[in-house]
Amino acid sequence: MLDASTLYGLLGIFLASLGLHATILQRDILRRILAINILGVGVFLVFIATAYNGPGVAPDAVPHALVLTGIVVAVAATALALALQRRLEMLRRESDDE
Amino acid sequence: MTPIILLDTLLAIILLVLAVVALHSENLRQSIFVFIVFGLVTALVWARLGAPDVALAEAAIGSGIAGALLLAALRDRQPGCEHIEPRPSWQVLTVTYLVIGVGLTASWAFLDAQASRSGPAIGEMVQAELAHSGVSNPVTAVLLNFRAYDTLLELAVLFAALIGVMALGPERSAPQAAGPLVSHFVAWLTPLLILAAGYLLWVGAHAPGGAFQAGALLAAGGIIVRLSGKSGIFPKGAWLRVLAASGYGVFLFVGLAVMAGDNAFLQYPSDWAGSLILLIEIFATLSIAASLLLVYLGGYPNAWMEDKESQHA
Repeated sequence: MLDASTLYGLLGIFLASLGLHATILQRDILRRILAINILGVGVFLVFIATAYNGPGVAPDAVPHALVLTGIVVAVAATALALALQRRLEMLRRESDDE
Repeated sequence: MTPIILLDTLLAIILLVLAVVALHSENLRQSIFVFIVFGLVTALVWARLGAPDVALAEAAIGSGIAGALLLAALRDRQPGCEHIEPRPSWQVLTVTYLVIGVGLTASWAFLDAQASRSGPAIGEMVQAELAHSGVSNPVTAVLLNFRAYDTLLELAVLFAALIGVMALGPERSAPQAAGPLVSHFVAWLTPLLILAAGYLLWVGAHAPGGAFQAGALLAAGGIIVRLSGKSGIFPKGAWLRVLAASGYGVFLFVGLAVMAGDNAFLQYPSDWAGSLILLIEIFATLSIAASLLLVYLGGYPNAWMEDKESQHA
């Protein structure tokens, strides 16, 4: 019998796999950045699923804190990646103009 | 054991469909919008799994700020660079099988760990020590006391990313001033966002909320003001930079200052813990808001350069 924690854990692994697949295979950099974000959500889901102890029981706070940290680090990495992508496109445009 | 309810099945299916559409839609704009919806549905899942702190952060940062960043990046794009020839099928097949292998291995490891786990050992330690942490929300206790190292380094990562973004060029061009309807709406919304951010910051000591959620809300307010074309109200020049660095700086300073009284680095004295955590969180909120707003600008603000020129003149 499947319980909620297992269901969401497996869903997280599946989402992470989908994200990893697209991260490797997509060619467009924006799409890759988006795919890495979905990969991250999958990993977070595994963490939170293991922290869940059923209704009415306090969940484990340590994975929650880790995921909170993870969300902020993920958005920082996304912002840096997007800035690099923008710079790359600017350089490409300049070399096209020459 | 918690039986699955209908809600779980529905949420799981919705998340899967949204993920597939976000990853493989032909239209990139559609992908990004679906990704934002995906983030909001994920926030529902966090709430369902008893993680309201994470739900708030996901809705504000993972879905809101990340979505805004992606949309701004899409707007920068020149048309005509999206026609890329597809990969040869052998590459697709190889990667697909490899990823299936990785996924199955991870699932096996996860199921094995679930079957052999013997109660929430760390979670019980957190509950047992909560009284000494200075706050009563276990997540805030872990973030700012028990595992304060992680949070300190997280602020360092955010600051490093900000320096990286600003090193890469000037900000993107500001949007045109919005029409009267939007301006009026923004004038109503912004004070509410500031109020909500203050509330989340304060309530984080004993209920879901805290510096990250509050900082993200403030940043969202800043982005909305920026999008309405009225960015003149932001602090200019050095102030925004000092604000962005203050979260990391104050945290580090407090961590070192407590060492004066025979404590380890970041080991707050029990009586002071609550006030020190609040002090760190106030600056962390302002710093997260300033950093997220600055990375949204996409580079160093042009106003800083004007500052410098006027100083030279």
